[in-house]
Amino acid sequence: MIEMHDVWKTYPNGAVALQGVSIRIDKGEFVYVVGPSGAGKSTFIKLMYREERPSKGSIFVNGFNIERLKERKIPLLRRQIGVVFQDFKLLPNKTVKENVAFALEVIEASPKKIKSRVAEVLELVGLGDKANALPNELSGGQQQRVSIARALINNPSVIIADEPTGNLDPDTSWDIMRLFEEINNRGTTIVMATHNKEIVNTLKKRVLAVEGGQIVRDQKRGVYGYEN
Amino acid sequence: MKIRTIGRHGREGLRNLNRNGWMTFASVSAVTVTLLLLGVFLILAYNVQLFSQQLESQVEMNVYVKESATRADVLELERQLKSLPELASVTYVSKETGLDQLRDKLAENANLLEGLDQENPLPDKFILKAKDPQTIAAVAQKVQTLPLVDKVNYGKETVEKMFKGINIVRNAGGVFVVGLCFTALFLISNTIKVTIFARRREIEIMKLVGATNWFIRWPFLIEGLLIGVFGALVPTALISFGYQYVLSNYPGFMYFTFAPASLVYSVAAILVSIGALIGMIGSVMSISRFLRI
Repeated sequence: MIEMHDVWKTYPNGAVALQGVSIRIDKGEFVYVVGPSGAGKSTFIKLMYREERPSKGSIFVNGFNIERLKERKIPLLRRQIGVVFQDFKLLPNKTVKENVAFALEVIEASPKKIKSRVAEVLELVGLGDKANALPNELSGGQQQRVSIARALINNPSVIIADEPTGNLDPDTSWDIMRLFEEINNRGTTIVMATHNKEIVNTLKKRVLAVEGGQIVRDQKRGVYGYEN
Repeated sequence: MKIRTIGRHGREGLRNLNRNGWMTFASVSAVTVTLLLLGVFLILAYNVQLFSQQLESQVEMNVYVKESATRADVLELERQLKSLPELASVTYVSKETGLDQLRDKLAENANLLEGLDQENPLPDKFILKAKDPQTIAAVAQKVQTLPLVDKVNYGKETVEKMFKGINIVRNAGGVFVVGLCFTALFLISNTIKVTIFARRREIEIMKLVGATNWFIRWPFLIEGLLIGVFGALVPTALISFGYQYVLSNYPGFMYFTFAPASLVYSVAAILVSIGALIGMIGSVMSISRFLRI
């Protein structure tokens, strides 16, 4: 599903973000990516949906060869991957419904399909009654649910989340984690970068620890392993 | 692209124009000023071109035939001249006609020519016009080499000076038109860049959920196109009425008549096309940076 072989990433300014990373993530796995800030977590994640290109090495995601992927084929890759961010990335002047529908509009789905699919995913994330609200009328947790609904709408086989609970209080974080777990139970692969020690140590999953641009630890049902 | 999507792009483009009201107004005004200048200049340039063509078309060369030539020789020379592809017209003027013409020119002083009928000193000549007047020097050289040609005369100095002047005016005009187009392009792309900057988050999200670059570009392209076309409306109207007004008051000067009023249709078409084209190019140029995600 996701495979990296000896992946290196050097930014144009000379900063070395990854040094020879090789991993394999299978379909249906739930993986935490942990490590200190600036260790290369973000780069590692951005490579998966081709926001960044590897400098060396090969990456396969859902059968797409990332380093050979042509610029105009990137959208095809991204339609198979849902991405969730710490800051939600919602459009403030669009309603919840419109924000979620946006991801289907850009792939030219029919209005009928958009309508039924939007209702379906909003129900799934527990926001069926907030469809017409604007993002700033919602709590942080609810906004993150909207962005998860948007990530889910294309029925992606992988969800990539970059610190999805980073801006949320502990209770809300747990609600969001339960949602991710439910999504994972339906068979969707989840790769999540996180700094949340409590969550990683309680909701035990595979843990990849990134330090100095290398994978220093790969544990099944692992622990966070850092002091916050 | 599906029909539904075309509709969506059109709506988005219009909504963007509306949402960025002041920026839209600023870009439309910028285009208006530039295209107005361009339009006035095009009218001027076209008339200058027409004027210089008229000047050029008066450039002709006199080819004098050697005195020893017989009637048959002259006919042969005429045949040779007419076979030259560079020439637009060949007119034969016999020495008798030449004398008559000279008499007409001298008018009351024609008595100076009395008695010359028996001993006409004028040679037979041909008057030639080149298809492209600017090549006259080369044609003259060629004609000079023909047998029985005595002398070729085309007012070398004057004609060369005139061509030089005409060419300078033409080239300067071309540079000016290109310069104005670039100014308009810069103004439009800069304004759209500001409006895009406010929407870069939207573009980023579109990219992340798998929109193609063209899907993102279209609304901006339509927005640019509309800015360009709206910007062309006022200059088109002003120039149409203005030129017609000028024509009805000053139809021309000396023997030169200004280009007919129908010229404004061409200028209007050019202005609208340039406005539309520049608007689209400007918007595509300014969005490219934001698509690199």
